[in-house]
Amino acid sequence: MTYAIQARDLVKRYGDVTALDGVDLTVPTGTVLGLLGPNGAGKTTCVRILTTLLRPDAGTAEVAGVDVLADPRGVRQRIGLSGQYAAVDEYLTGFENLDMIGRLYHLGARRSRERARELLRQFRLDDAADRPAKTYSGGMRRRLDLAGALVASPPVLFLDEPTTGLDPRSRTDMWEVIQGLVAGGTTLLLTTQYLEEADLLADEIVVIDHGRIIAQGTADQLKAQVGGERLDITVADPARVGEAKRLLEPLGVGPAVVEEHRRSLLMPVSGGAAVLINALRQLDVAGIGVDDVGLRRPTLDDVFLTLTGHAAEESENAGEAVEQVREGAR
Amino acid sequence: MSVLSALSDGAVIAKRNLIKIKRVPDLLVFTTLSPIMFVLLFAYVFGGAIDQQGGGQAYREFLIAGIFAQTVVFGATITGAGLAEDVKKGIIDRFRSLPMSPSAVLTGRTFSDVVNNVLVLIVMSLTGLLVGWRIRTSALEALGGFLLLLVFAYAISWVMAWVGMLVPSPEVVNNAAFIVIFPLTFVANTFVPLNTLPGPLRTFAEWNPVSAVTQGARELFGNIPPGTPPPTGWALNHPVMYTLIWAVVVLAVFVPLANAQYRRSASR
Ligand SMILES: Nc1ncnc2c1ncn2[C@@H]1O[C@H](COP(=O)(O)OP(=O)(O)O)[C@@H](O)[C@H]1O
Ligand SMILES: [Mg+2]
Repeated sequence: MTYAIQARDLVKRYGDVTALDGVDLTVPTGTVLGLLGPNGAGKTTCVRILTTLLRPDAGTAEVAGVDVLADPRGVRQRIGLSGQYAAVDEYLTGFENLDMIGRLYHLGARRSRERARELLRQFRLDDAADRPAKTYSGGMRRRLDLAGALVASPPVLFLDEPTTGLDPRSRTDMWEVIQGLVAGGTTLLLTTQYLEEADLLADEIVVIDHGRIIAQGTADQLKAQVGGERLDITVADPARVGEAKRLLEPLGVGPAVVEEHRRSLLMPVSGGAAVLINALRQLDVAGIGVDDVGLRRPTLDDVFLTLTGHAAEESENAGEAVEQVREGAR
Repeated sequence: MSVLSALSDGAVIAKRNLIKIKRVPDLLVFTTLSPIMFVLLFAYVFGGAIDQQGGGQAYREFLIAGIFAQTVVFGATITGAGLAEDVKKGIIDRFRSLPMSPSAVLTGRTFSDVVNNVLVLIVMSLTGLLVGWRIRTSALEALGGFLLLLVFAYAISWVMAWVGMLVPSPEVVNNAAFIVIFPLTFVANTFVPLNTLPGPLRTFAEWNPVSAVTQGARELFGNIPPGTPPPTGWALNHPVMYTLIWAVVVLAVFVPLANAQYRRSASR
């Protein structure tokens, strides 16, 4: 197997903030790696190092077989980057933006123009091609920015939070576009805060938090690591959620999480429908009304909660959580 | 990296900046409007007081080269503000991730700002002609006067390019530049003859490069009436030479500094 991206022990500090604390990554050619983590986890720092924009304090990296530190220009010839914020020039039209990038890749005047038109068509921007990008919606800018990363048809692509800030419709559009690219054999490193996005697009997921890798594997492996199914119950009376928890906890294989304002209780279980029936019977006997009940496979949200002890959106006490995971792994 | 592809990359970037001037003509309107206002205000408000016998005509002729110098120096802040904006919007990151010449973004930027200055000088010359300014030398010398202004502005552009890569926002570039540029352009012979300044200010003004550009342009346009006593100090007696020396030194220092900062820059 050949690797499109190989990074070893990347470290980057900003003053006393350690943005990356020894990160290793390997991405086989033609696959998609999802780099998943909350805000401030170190995703952008990692992308910036691999795309030659930032020098690490320690560590080595190779992209498309070229050493990032020794030959940054060689790397730049083989990658496309769409950064966290769409870097389109809003005074230029969509066409002019892409044509400019083609020229800077030294494709030549004719090829640059052709490629720009091709990409505008592919990204359904042909109607807006000759309007200044200032007039584009957020989703259109994002697509134009992504098109910019593809001008030279690079074998390795980096997308830093490609759907953050998009409305649901534009997000689904973007997913389709990305799936199309991946089907064409491009190696992709994608960062995201959205667990469903990594689940949908990535072959392999690396979860990072506070600059460290806290878990990695396929979506299924991560889910397995967190245990099997989840029992998800919403009780009718918010005052009785605690009581329901005490009652049902012996049936689970891990602690139940209660969200009082949603009157819900979430608990890992094993045993499928039998557990479900048993739980309902006990609640019925105790006279606790149930509004909604379900058995579902863990989402990556659950993965994150289990691994770090906090949801993907917030990041208090993460240091402790990392220790727990480490112990759990031994 | 061949020089040729560095030049062609620079041209691509310059073209991009010029498209912006075309798309946002307000930008050019406002960079020329304030100097036009300056010409009119100084010419008609101060003119009469400074030049009582001539009814202001001689002062207006004296003034124009000063306003030209001040305007092109202020114009250099556009270089810095434009770059700071590109850093902020992540456009510099995009450029830095491309296999292009690393110096092209700055050479392209400073070049398009020369074009901007040419446009501004044309508009201002026309206004000057309307209020009674005249070129009293040959076309070649006059061209030399304009070139001197442009070369000096080009050097200052590189200082601003460095500032633009260094500080986090276009607003900061503007404010920082104004703090430095105001005294530089006012403690000079731009608006008043130097013999009116008190001792230390006068010494500063005599060695201020802005005075030298102004003096050089005035000489090359023929705007120094016969019988005017010669200026004091070596710099103002060799204004063209002194200006060019300044330009070369500034370029030698700030071209490498700005380029190094470009390579280090990061979007925030
Ligand atoms: N230029 C910088 N200066 C100082 N701290 C920074 C800088 N860039 C990132 N950081 C810090 O490094 C950490 C990781 O940031 P980043 O890689 O942007 O995270 P993510 O992309 O996962 O949100 C954060 O704590 C952030 O505040
Ligand atoms: Mg980020």
